[in-house]
Amino acid sequence: MSLSLAAQINSVLAALILLTSFALLVQRRVQGLLHIFAWQGLLLSISTAVVGYSAGLHHLYISALLTLTLKVFALPYILYVLIHKLKIHKEVEEVVNIPTTMIIGIALVIFSYDLTSPIRELSTLVTRSTLAVALSTVMLGLLMMITRKKALTQIVGFLSLENGLFFAATSATYGMPLVVELGVALDILIAAFIFGIFFFQIRTTFDSLDLKEMEKLKEDE
Amino acid sequence: MIRQYYPILIESLQVILVLLGGPLLVGWVRMLKCWTQGRRSAGLLQPMRDVTKLFVKETVLAENASWIFRSTPYIVFGATLMAGAIIPVVSADLPLAATADIIALVAIFALARFFTALAGLDTGTAFGGMGTSREMMVSSLAEPAVLMSVFTVSLVSHSTSLSHMVHELTTVSFVLRPSLAFALLAFILIAIAETGRIPVDNPSTHLELTMIHEAMLLEYSGRHLALIEWASMMKLFLFASLGIALFLPWGIAGIDDPGMLPVALVALAVKLALTGVFIVLVETGLSKMRIFRVAEFLGMAFLLASLGMLSYFILE
Repeated sequence: MSLSLAAQINSVLAALILLTSFALLVQRRVQGLLHIFAWQGLLLSISTAVVGYSAGLHHLYISALLTLTLKVFALPYILYVLIHKLKIHKEVEEVVNIPTTMIIGIALVIFSYDLTSPIRELSTLVTRSTLAVALSTVMLGLLMMITRKKALTQIVGFLSLENGLFFAATSATYGMPLVVELGVALDILIAAFIFGIFFFQIRTTFDSLDLKEMEKLKEDE
Repeated sequence: MIRQYYPILIESLQVILVLLGGPLLVGWVRMLKCWTQGRRSAGLLQPMRDVTKLFVKETVLAENASWIFRSTPYIVFGATLMAGAIIPVVSADLPLAATADIIALVAIFALARFFTALAGLDTGTAFGGMGTSREMMVSSLAEPAVLMSVFTVSLVSHSTSLSHMVHELTTVSFVLRPSLAFALLAFILIAIAETGRIPVDNPSTHLELTMIHEAMLLEYSGRHLALIEWASMMKLFLFASLGIALFLPWGIAGIDDPGMLPVALVALAVKLALTGVFIVLVETGLSKMRIFRVAEFLGMAFLLASLGMLSYFILE
């Protein structure tokens, strides 16, 4: 595989990751959200492996494998079990309506492109152009956390934000050191468990996962 | 001698192809649809028979119909045929293609739609007005998206002239381009909306309340209806071949290459047959959506088209 072909495949994968980020913003059903999240993880893992292959860095294979097990199977599974136990099947509730969110999303992509353009000039890696996509994924994850009411969708937004950070690491610097990546992976896994415990706590206290309830300081009388 | 008349020949071939191809493509789609539903089909030529039947029928005009109502069928038919003379269907070497670029092409389609909408309002019937307002809603959302989508292809091929674009895309070596993939997805969504297929509009509906395009034409009969129906069949053909020209141009004969024409015709037939299969798969798999979901559907097309354009700048 030549270097330019690897770069092309990587940019196609980057574009697809960007598409999944938007799909997360548009998706109305919780289960669909988890499927898209799993797809995003899969694309991320393939992209990491392609970068690892083209740069000859073999530790990236390990992080690709980690991404695959964690973000494609483990995390969606944990969240899936959670939504089954909590019996969440309703449509996602959003603060800002979906078309407006999409337009804000496009603006964020342009903003990220503008922000990363000086960095692209400095970098010499083949994957440098995907940095803007990575930053947009982070921004879109953040946007999703802001515009959703329910705790579960906010968690998916957070995890997709983390995907963006991971993608930024591989595209800007060919990945973090393996120790750091292992640590982050473990953190995410632990975080997912803690989220689960929190969900149950929030639900038993407020009878719903709507985080608006947490803004009230006093109980209703 | 033959060189001198070559532009005229190729242009007439193209126009004949568009005139006959439209009903044939619609016939093919209907045939496939019948097969998927386990019915016997009326054959490939049925749309053509329908049109010729309508031509010999009497034309009934509403008493208060103005000149707009009477001239609209001719304007629509003429505009669609004009568009058919511009899009490189089998050969990039089209003399008329130089007269209008892709922006003008979108405008020609818009002209036809504008007059259809006026004619829908002209007779003052309730369904005509309702159809018009729906059609205008769909088209006002679809037009920016279609422009964004074709501009992405223009960016890649550095031109807005269709024959240059086809020439450019067929001659450069193949590169994986995410921007074109996004633009293609957006274009498919828009083409479905523009040609009034399921899930946006149902071309074979008989229920006035669910109609979009057909509701505007309820007052037409005879040769007027024949022209409009024929034009809308050609429109389907043209959107299919525009998509082929922009995104799958391989097989279209290049400039100064008349020997490629037979190959180009076969390639076109194969691609259109596959497009028909795709349309039928979509229409069998999906149901018509609520009218207010159409805005979201076209918003998605706009999003994909803008992502295509952005990824051209970001990734390529």
